[in-house]
Amino acid sequence: MAESTIQAAAPGIAAPGARPGRRSRSLRRALQWAGVLPFGVYVALGLAAPTIAIAIAAFKNPDTGSFTLSNIRLATEGSYLPGLRNGILLAIASAIVPGIFGLLIAYAIHTAKRGRLLRQIVITASGVFANFGGVPLAFLFIAALGTTGVVTGWLSDLGWDPWNHGFTLYDPVGVFVVYMYFQIPLMVLVILPALEGLRPAWREAAENLGAGTRQYWRHVGGPVLFPAFLGCVLLLFGSAFSAYATAEALTGGTVAITSIQIGALENGNVLAGQQNVGYALGLFMVVIIGIVMIFYTILQRRAARWLR
Amino acid sequence: MAAVASAGQAGPQAPAPANRPAPHGLRFPVWRWAILLAATAYFLIPLYSALKFAGLKAFPDIFRQSGFISAMGLSLRLALITTILTLLLMVPTVVYVHLRLPQIRRMMEAITILPIVIPPIVLIIGVLKVAPGFLLSTPYLLALLYVILAMPFAYRSLDAGLRAFDLKTMVEAASSLGAGAPATLWRVVLPNIRTAMLSATVLTVALVLGEFTMASLDLYQTFPVWIVNFEQNSGPVSVAASLFALFVTWILLMVIVTAGSWSSRRRGGGEVALFTVVRQDFGQTPGEPG
Repeated sequence: MAESTIQAAAPGIAAPGARPGRRSRSLRRALQWAGVLPFGVYVALGLAAPTIAIAIAAFKNPDTGSFTLSNIRLATEGSYLPGLRNGILLAIASAIVPGIFGLLIAYAIHTAKRGRLLRQIVITASGVFANFGGVPLAFLFIAALGTTGVVTGWLSDLGWDPWNHGFTLYDPVGVFVVYMYFQIPLMVLVILPALEGLRPAWREAAENLGAGTRQYWRHVGGPVLFPAFLGCVLLLFGSAFSAYATAEALTGGTVAITSIQIGALENGNVLAGQQNVGYALGLFMVVIIGIVMIFYTILQRRAARWLR
Repeated sequence: MAAVASAGQAGPQAPAPANRPAPHGLRFPVWRWAILLAATAYFLIPLYSALKFAGLKAFPDIFRQSGFISAMGLSLRLALITTILTLLLMVPTVVYVHLRLPQIRRMMEAITILPIVIPPIVLIIGVLKVAPGFLLSTPYLLALLYVILAMPFAYRSLDAGLRAFDLKTMVEAASSLGAGAPATLWRVVLPNIRTAMLSATVLTVALVLGEFTMASLDLYQTFPVWIVNFEQNSGPVSVAASLFALFVTWILLMVIVTAGSWSSRRRGGGEVALFTVVRQDFGQTPGEPG
């Protein structure tokens, strides 16, 4: 600050060669960053500002605007604590079960002999199905497994109507069944590169040393693949935990999971004094996703040590 | 059967030489087909159910329903604006980063993945809190937000497109032949990233046409919001509209796959994946599973 004032005041006194050079270099550096300025401003306004606003509002009294922890406290009691628990359990189930199925499918096509066509079909289909979620997916399952759905009809023709046996599409279990539809293909797509990173040479080496299939997986393939698998499962967790549209369209906003509760609060279903509880819940979600992201990054780095 | 038996005995002994060519290929054919069949059933039965539930008659009905035209019109306008804004913002930025600031590429990757990491429901309540009134009163606030949501896909498409050829050499060649920056961008860089721009465009359009969370909380009736609201009038029409939305998205995604394989054949190499984002990063997909 002071330096620039002096420079501006006495440009002629200073060594004429050095000063403009240094200044133009720093000017050039500043100009260099100017190229990404529009992008930076856009991100700051559209992404950083709303996120920071939530973090602040989570600690604000909605009436007086003063600092308080009551939003956080309210967000961990009443119906919100079960919502958080349901949301997390739903995300865990929607990460592990599709994670295993996705791994099996990926393994099946990866090891298929003469499987180029099969592989291409599965990868393209996975790309399509993983891209398919939200409202249309919910309606597909209402048509299949809803009270008057087609599959429900088949099952009740067989004498076993699932709706008479405790099944409903509109609770966390039903949402889980629907989430698998985009989670499984997502897993196939993210785990396949890791499977392909397992070099055939390792298997051959293990077999030459006398290892069988089980031993190979226990001592070579498994340990190499495990961090990648875990990372992909965390990815699936994040995808399920932050999902909103599918569950909202499926259940009409009645399922008690955190994302849906935030939506209901924002839509005005809120008691006096609790206007900022939604922001506290939002902050919880961001923090949980942030923690998951950190572990995901660590696992990715771990996986990258062996796989490429 | 024989294969299963030999797997059972394999143990620590070396497998019979005859098994060598297919060490882990044909051991579990039954297992493999069971998995793939179960997956096929799980993925196709709901589609079939939806077709049957809606009935073919419901499809022409979609277009006659009240509100359809205005909802679809809004979605298409948002898609157009979002695409233009996304390309205007991201193409110069990504080209600039490649040419002048390659050292921040990792940082750019990290920043552009954030919109996928932050749950859309959280982002929208934050936006509704901070957005100024003149933006809150227009549906085009959504277009501004969709630019953010499209960033992960746009950035990765464009980044991959720029990495596929020697940008620096081309730009240097252009400038030594006397082309200025605009001419270089327009006549040298853009023609080389046409496929990447197409794929960014298609992913953006697919995202906007399918986005529900933000539009419904912003209380504007885009096409997906209309589908949900319309369910009260007619279930079959909503299901038919869902299938219609799906087919539109799939056709759009097929455009990328086809264009990608066409351009890689022309260039001789490279594989354009539908899933450029999720392959390496934390993420969802443009159809917004959320």
